[in-house]
Amino acid sequence: MAEEVILLDFWPSPFGMRAKIALREKGVDFDLREEDLSNKSPLLLQTNPVHKKIPVLIHNGKPVCESLIIVQYIDETWGPESPLLPSDPHERAHARFWADYVDKKISLGRVVRAPTEEAQEAAKEENIQCLKMLEGELGDKAYFGGERFGYVDVSLIPIHSWFYALETLANFNIGEECPKLVAWAKRCMQRESVAKSLPDPHKVYNFMLELRKKLQAQ
Amino acid sequence: MAEEVILLDFWPSPFGMRAKIALREKGVDFDLREEDLSSKSPLLLEKNPVHKKVPVLVHNGKPVCESLIIVQYIDETWGHESPLLPSHPYERARARFWADYMDKKISVGGVVWAPTGEAQEAAKKEFIECLKVLEGELGDKAYFGGERFGYVDVSLIPFYSWFYAVETSANLSIMEECPKLVGWAKRCMQRESVAMSLPDQYKVYDFMLEVRKKRRAQ
Repeated sequence: MAEEVILLDFWPSPFGMRAKIALREKGVDFDLREEDLSNKSPLLLQTNPVHKKIPVLIHNGKPVCESLIIVQYIDETWGPESPLLPSDPHERAHARFWADYVDKKISLGRVVRAPTEEAQEAAKEENIQCLKMLEGELGDKAYFGGERFGYVDVSLIPIHSWFYALETLANFNIGEECPKLVAWAKRCMQRESVAKSLPDPHKVYNFMLELRKKLQAQ
Repeated sequence: MAEEVILLDFWPSPFGMRAKIALREKGVDFDLREEDLSSKSPLLLEKNPVHKKVPVLVHNGKPVCESLIIVQYIDETWGHESPLLPSHPYERARARFWADYMDKKISVGGVVWAPTGEAQEAAKKEFIECLKVLEGELGDKAYFGGERFGYVDVSLIPFYSWFYAVETSANLSIMEECPKLVGWAKRCMQRESVAMSLPDQYKVYDFMLEVRKKRRAQ
């Protein structure tokens, strides 16, 4: 049976980027569909009625929601010869822990959406502390899992597309605070799956600028 | 090599209960250690330096943190003949989705520790809505995964030990609002792993009253 793989996405979303990277790492052909979040498609509302959010992966008509769950699904369904998650249960738990940490603790959106200088500084500080924690976990390894690009890298690398916007709009220079993380990000960006899945940083900057204008107008 | 399995726990925690149920489902012998959260043990601080929370599973010296990650680790390490997660990737993604839904949406604390009547009403409404969504997902099945007790059941059943506390706090009858869910909960309680791992609802209620007293005194 011909495989049908659709990804409902929104191009600036780091969560959508995770799914795209994983699909491309596995060499899966997919139909990428851009959503207008102010006017969600019937397909999005039908396939993710609970959260109504992107990304949604639809594989032969069956939906998978939540980016880390999508990445694990992709890993379990395709390309077993190049797994994203380690095979040892303890290492898997370790990888899941750090991807979960990224989800719980990293919120670059809060920096951009901050209504006041004060709130912005607080959001920056919190994110910096968490990025430093991640940098500590990376250590001197090439990737979070060691020698091979994997699950934790996929979970975190989307933030790289936001670096330029954050520096310019919020004077948030991640490079100065976390040089190892920036080096790791550049290494990841050399992978085709990542380079294709992350939007141009200037495009993200313009998007953030627009977003800020809208928020300020409210 | 003799297996050493330690679980750092706090008896009222639904997250700790998930780990205990999973270990007992698999027939794993473990050393259950109760933490005093106002005076965390050196072992807890050493094994979960990032979040400093319970539960923490320590298996032959190596820690696993975050309750759902612990349950998946237990499932992957022991008792492969009786898996908690389904074997098919799509069914696994669905199970993970619903456990994640609980973690994102259920807040017992929001109801029982609500600072005002208004906040409590809002929290109560959300709590019931979430239970109803879960009840809808359960449908007429014996368990969330179908005929067999599994991952989603393990993730949700601990909250049953808090039902009495929530009901008295918020003047609510969960039985009236979600009869199917209560039916499912009673079915789960017939399992030894669950009955042994959930504290008595009145004990939880007394715990809630104690915490409230302390908070008011502060």
